[in-house]
Amino acid sequence: MQRYSALALIKQSLNGHKGWKPQWRDPEPKQSYDAIIIGGGGHGLGAAYYLAKKHGIRNVAVLEKGWIGGGNTGRNTTIIRSNYLFDESAALYDHALKMWEGLSQDLNYNVMFSQRGVLMVAHNVHDEQSFRRHVYANRLNGVDNEWLTPEQAKAFCPPLNIAPGMRHAVTGAALQRRAGTARHDAVAWGYARAADALGVDIIQNCEVTGIDRDAAGHVTGVRTTRGRIGARKIGVSAAGSTSLVMEMAGLRMPLESYPLQALVSEPVKPIFPCVVMSNTIHAYISQSDKGELVIGAGTDAYVSYSQRGALHIPMHTLEAICELFPIFRRMRMMRNWGGIVDVTPDRSPILGKTPVPGLYVNCGWGTGGFKATPGAADLLAYTIAKDEPHPINAPFNLERFGAGQLIDEAAAAAVAH
Amino acid sequence: MKLLPPRSPIKGSQEMLLIPCPYCGNRPEIEFAYGGEAHVVRAAAPRTVDDTAWTEFLYFRKNPRGDHAERWRHAYGCGRFFNVKRNTYTDQIEASYRIGETLP
Repeated sequence: MQRYSALALIKQSLNGHKGWKPQWRDPEPKQSYDAIIIGGGGHGLGAAYYLAKKHGIRNVAVLEKGWIGGGNTGRNTTIIRSNYLFDESAALYDHALKMWEGLSQDLNYNVMFSQRGVLMVAHNVHDEQSFRRHVYANRLNGVDNEWLTPEQAKAFCPPLNIAPGMRHAVTGAALQRRAGTARHDAVAWGYARAADALGVDIIQNCEVTGIDRDAAGHVTGVRTTRGRIGARKIGVSAAGSTSLVMEMAGLRMPLESYPLQALVSEPVKPIFPCVVMSNTIHAYISQSDKGELVIGAGTDAYVSYSQRGALHIPMHTLEAICELFPIFRRMRMMRNWGGIVDVTPDRSPILGKTPVPGLYVNCGWGTGGFKATPGAADLLAYTIAKDEPHPINAPFNLERFGAGQLIDEAAAAAVAH
Repeated sequence: MKLLPPRSPIKGSQEMLLIPCPYCGNRPEIEFAYGGEAHVVRAAAPRTVDDTAWTEFLYFRKNPRGDHAERWRHAYGCGRFFNVKRNTYTDQIEASYRIGETLP
């Protein structure tokens, strides 16, 4: 791998930057691999990287039906936080957050992780009680989170409107200072480059069309648009398309896929210092390093794979944004898109083994999978390598629905998130 | 009832759904509440059902890319539940029918 550094930049500048090599190869698929990852987003590429790096399994392929990072990895609003209520969730998301803190160095790739703080705004008594409960629960779990008065929230985020009498008055806010954002494309590219350097084949434009199994039911490989590829271990990390992939192995999933929309404004000078979320009125906003306001809306109401959504959903969000931040009322929105998110009944992910031997799944991250990227990738790799879940992802098994051991973050937040 | 809405299947279209209520006719999506997959039937005697079947009923869904039978409720209209057959890839609604009727 060609290492990136200030020195390398100076050296390359001396010959007109003509010496940079492609960041990863474009290999033809081999006949078989030790392990296959289906889905070339951050989670899947990261899982391949950790399989090679931590577990010595380097004969690995990542199969991506489109281009890497072209699904939800490239469509989310890049918010990273770990202030979840339940012990299992706090452990899972904080595992990821700790990995984010060293990721750029680990990958030798600047993922632009910025711990600018995530401010979750409360608008009513219910919000306030819920967020304060989160603050206490998080602190008991070693996750930083603090309660701010409206004045303190405005000091932290000056564009915030805290005037009394507004429709969605701000009654306080919970602040996680270690939370923030990262550059989503760089996460996919950084993992791809680092995995490729360890021998992982990244195979794009390769859609899986079937999963083969032997007489005992164990997986033996996949059929794809680029031919059959053998493997005794297959990890599925296909987000919104998980139900479709798992059906190829004869499995039904407790998932529904919905469009989740986001949009960006025209770029402006730095004005917005942190991330602000309002679960109650469905507004998620930050400013990218390019200067665009990055705004997340809610999901559309119905199951869809269309990767778009209806306009009334972002309009609802923009009305709330204009009320919370009157300074943005005249800004123009540049682009609007949708990604397909796979939602579980308890709004917690499924990460572990499946009833099919050799088949592992990482799905159900719903509307908040980006923040978990390094953690999910690490735990999926562990589960595939050891054929058993890590203690952190053990509670997030597929059997919890039948066993009644839900990790009910949906009820904990009382909104979609 | 034959009511086919003029929902455009063109990629990039941002219209909301125009949903054919079998009682009221074509109405915009914001008048409706989504009710999830249709024809998920609760067992007549739940105590006789094993854990696997009960879990299937509660949590597991088809979630197809393609034709999907789903329930909608005309929440800000007649208030009634009915079923819709919609393609989840194009979002084109192909039919709507009353509760108790079979999928056309």
